[in-house]
Amino acid sequence: MRSLNTLAFSAVVACAAFAAGFLGSLTGLGGGVVIVPLLTLVFGADIHYAIGASLVSVIGTSSGAAAAYVKEGFTNLRIGMLLEVATTFGALVGATLVAVLSTNVIAVIFGLVLLQSAWLASRPRADHLTADLAPDPLAARLRLDGTFPTEQGEVRYRVRNVPAGFALMWVAGVLSGLLGIGSGAVKVLAMDQLMLLPFKVSTATSNFMIGVTAAASAGIFLHRGYIVPGLAMPVMLGVLAGSMVGARLLFRTPTQRLRRLFAVVVALLAIEMIYHGFAGKI
Amino acid sequence: MTDRDASMPAPDPRLQHFVGNLLRYGVLLAAAVVLSGGMLYLAHHGGTVPDYRRFEGQPAYLRSVIGIAGGALKLDERAVVQLGLVLLIATPIARVALSAVAFAFERDRTYVLITLLVLALLLWSLLG
Repeated sequence: MRSLNTLAFSAVVACAAFAAGFLGSLTGLGGGVVIVPLLTLVFGADIHYAIGASLVSVIGTSSGAAAAYVKEGFTNLRIGMLLEVATTFGALVGATLVAVLSTNVIAVIFGLVLLQSAWLASRPRADHLTADLAPDPLAARLRLDGTFPTEQGEVRYRVRNVPAGFALMWVAGVLSGLLGIGSGAVKVLAMDQLMLLPFKVSTATSNFMIGVTAAASAGIFLHRGYIVPGLAMPVMLGVLAGSMVGARLLFRTPTQRLRRLFAVVVALLAIEMIYHGFAGKI
Repeated sequence: MTDRDASMPAPDPRLQHFVGNLLRYGVLLAAAVVLSGGMLYLAHHGGTVPDYRRFEGQPAYLRSVIGIAGGALKLDERAVVQLGLVLLIATPIARVALSAVAFAFERDRTYVLITLLVLALLLWSLLG
């Protein structure tokens, strides 16, 4: 791909980023997970530049989608902000680790996280009914329990396992800063599986957190020179446009089959990243 | 349903509306700035062959908010793109700042402090 001039290169990258953003928003996996493999494996970019461009586009999709989530009232701002303490600290650690770890190690970790995302995306998500549980003392003290709107009116939910969720969120922050992704899959795992949040609440809250977590490492990336305008420009614009179109079509598409298809693509990219990492080719 | 600790006050709809608009217009503004910088960049460098295969970092003025603002004022095309990216990075930070205001209206001191801690980390990362 290196023979392309800047104009052609930008156009091709923007189209690929559009497809990534489109599929990412339709499947709920986010465009970030495929941007880094795309830029490194297909376009031959250095992984530092790829991570920088991907992270910026992650912020764009998060803030772009948040405008819709804010209106619906599913976001639990208290849970989000409390867990943000863990993810921001984690993101600062992760962004610092990028300079220390070899690119091959980063590629292998990236591949493993992609595999987890693909596995999670291919499974149906079940809603927990926690209204009748006794309040968890810590969650009650932090006023984390809430209600969310349904067709039958407001439904109450209780929050569980706050310390474990907080710890897993720190890991999500480290991965976000290290890999330039939103870590949505790990965040949802923490909130769905550990803290037992209803999935609409965890999805909306996770979307809010993704942007904040990414903003924490973006500053460090900027100072280090990982964010390069010529590459970040087509990626950011492409992912943003793709995710906006995807969000509009969300309710008119058979997402279950699409999710499975995208999960397969992500899994293949994961194996490719791990292979390249072990072969020392990243 | 009677335990007081579990009741969450309804968020102020006007503030929610404002936050939603701030994010939407913030993202659109950032995209417009990136696009205009990108057009200038392509007009000047469209014919060159880019090379991102090896990591070489960036010139110092493209790596700090102050340097980027200075470069953008001189219409340096790469600085204009970076300015748009910085505006984008600022959208979640602005949302956190507004959340601190929202918690302050609810007189929830614990969450005002938690939010200010997150805000301080974000500003330190971006400006520090």
